[in-house]
Amino acid sequence: MGVHAGVVFAFFYAPIGILIIFSFSGDRIVGQWGGFTLDWYREFWNNDQLTNSITVSLQVALIATVASVVLGTLSALALERFRFRGRRVFDALLYLPIIIPDVTMGIMMLVFFAEGIDVVDSLLGISLAKGITTITLSHIAFCISFVSVVVRARLSGMDSRLEEAAMDLYATRWQTFRYVTLPQILPGVAGGGLLALTLSLDDVVISQFTSGPGATTLPVYVFSLIRKGVTPMINSVSVVMFLASLVLIAAMLGVDRLRSTGSNVPSAVPRGDLSAEPAVGGHERGDT
Amino acid sequence: MTATPAVEIRGITKRFDDVVAVDAIDMQIANGEFFAMLGPSGCGKTTTLRMIAGLEFPTEGSLKIFGDEVGTLPPHKRPVNTVFQSYALFPHMNVLDNVAFGLRMNGVDRTTARRRASEMIALVRLSGMENRRPAQMSGGQQQRVALARALVNEPKVLLLDEPLGALDLKLRQDMQLELKELQRRLGISFVFVTHDQEEALTMSDRIAVMNDGRLLQVGTPEEIYERPANRFVADFIGTTNLLDGTVVDGSTVCLANGTRVAARSEHPAGTMVAVCLRPERARVVTAGDGTESGIGGVIDTVTYVGNARVYTVRLDWMQLRVREENRPGAAPRESGDPVSVTWDMNAVTVVTE
Repeated sequence: MGVHAGVVFAFFYAPIGILIIFSFSGDRIVGQWGGFTLDWYREFWNNDQLTNSITVSLQVALIATVASVVLGTLSALALERFRFRGRRVFDALLYLPIIIPDVTMGIMMLVFFAEGIDVVDSLLGISLAKGITTITLSHIAFCISFVSVVVRARLSGMDSRLEEAAMDLYATRWQTFRYVTLPQILPGVAGGGLLALTLSLDDVVISQFTSGPGATTLPVYVFSLIRKGVTPMINSVSVVMFLASLVLIAAMLGVDRLRSTGSNVPSAVPRGDLSAEPAVGGHERGDT
Repeated sequence: MTATPAVEIRGITKRFDDVVAVDAIDMQIANGEFFAMLGPSGCGKTTTLRMIAGLEFPTEGSLKIFGDEVGTLPPHKRPVNTVFQSYALFPHMNVLDNVAFGLRMNGVDRTTARRRASEMIALVRLSGMENRRPAQMSGGQQQRVALARALVNEPKVLLLDEPLGALDLKLRQDMQLELKELQRRLGISFVFVTHDQEEALTMSDRIAVMNDGRLLQVGTPEEIYERPANRFVADFIGTTNLLDGTVVDGSTVCLANGTRVAARSEHPAGTMVAVCLRPERARVVTAGDGTESGIGGVIDTVTYVGNARVYTVRLDWMQLRVREENRPGAAPRESGDPVSVTWDMNAVTVVTE
């Protein structure tokens, strides 16, 4: 078993290890060791286009995550808790962005922003230039579906009588959501958010179609670098992206832990250390 | 009672799409009353309870709580609280927060809410468990947290949806007494939904028997048991023998096989009825020496149940159950004995469909 696992791990992690090692290589040719150097990281840091694309990526990802978490959670609530006309159609349409290929989605967005942009502009009285806004909008569009699916799974596992109990105990609809529903589905919401963040940061295809001259996301920029000819700077960029992913994974594990703890009760009751209490068993039965 | 009823239901109907869950029922629940809604599952009792709570809105009719029309008020605007089936405690909160929830939502300040919650927790004898999560408690304890969570708000009416259904028999019997005692002490109405007729009989001041969305009879346990309004109620409450027949006159019914038996009724001659004979009201006498009206049959099985013997008596067209108390000197009968089943005229009720 040990050997088996070792082989699998090597298969997974050898490329990453090699990538990290060669990001410190002093040779201009990718994959040829030329002594230890931090030059590539320095070049990466000083490349304005590159750092700019990171800023764009983060900006897009954060806004897309927040917006898609809100909209995705709302749509999950609507589908799971209410019966309304057109519910099944809405349900089916919500899955579309998950199913249709990225390229199709990208082209759709491209055509939409090219053709529909004037209409939208005149309707809303804004000026949508191709760039960060269009990328963000298209990311929100596909992230909603993923968030909605994750939140719905959590919602359907939740006992809806808890919400009825809250309403029976004088909570308004909003208070019911705030103090009962949200704490119950929080792991789903957080999980959906992290998924949205990852998908947005990862996306090349759709961003490629919707980015403009002013704004490029990191993956799109890296992709264009490769076409120009690869320098080991790519390695250092990749290492940084890899480390960022590690942080995200750690965050996900943290969310996982949220499942069993965390309460948002409006009464700030000092909570005793539960682990310090005697184990619960059937012995309390006798006191009825 | 001329005082305003705690709950007054007039012509309430609830339809879910094409299904009529509750069909034009009228009901009055007095203040301070322990009122049970009894019926098989799907009879509309829970839907009725949910309409009083505000979790469902009636399709038609009027629903008043202490004289105020509440028909379509949302649940948080009604002076009632509910103990839910399987309790619906908030799993992410500890006991104290669960109990204080209603007070906090009602705008009671933190300190007061905590103090009153603790008092209520003490009242249901769970002191010291304030910091437990519901998942760390036994069913009986969760039940009492649910009670405390509802009662701490001082509702004018407490609604209970099969509150004892999830408990084992022994605990259920203890809780029955405890609930009854609690209700007497608080002096508010408890409206209680159950499918367990024994539970309804032992706990309630009055019982409403429902079936298929219709209200069949409302009365004290004694009225329901002694004078069932129709065949369904007679059959559902306790065990009973139902002998089909036709009314001959005010004191005689002709049974399916042609035997005429004494049974008082006010139905016109020719009405199809059933004579409702409780096993403990019937007597078996040795065949042939009967002076009263009796039906001949043969003892089929004898079941010894400690304080009594239960005989099944095979008649030509049906079987009867007869329960005979164990008294010293009584000669037990055996399977195969020819007997005659008799009863006092006042011991039977005549019911229609």
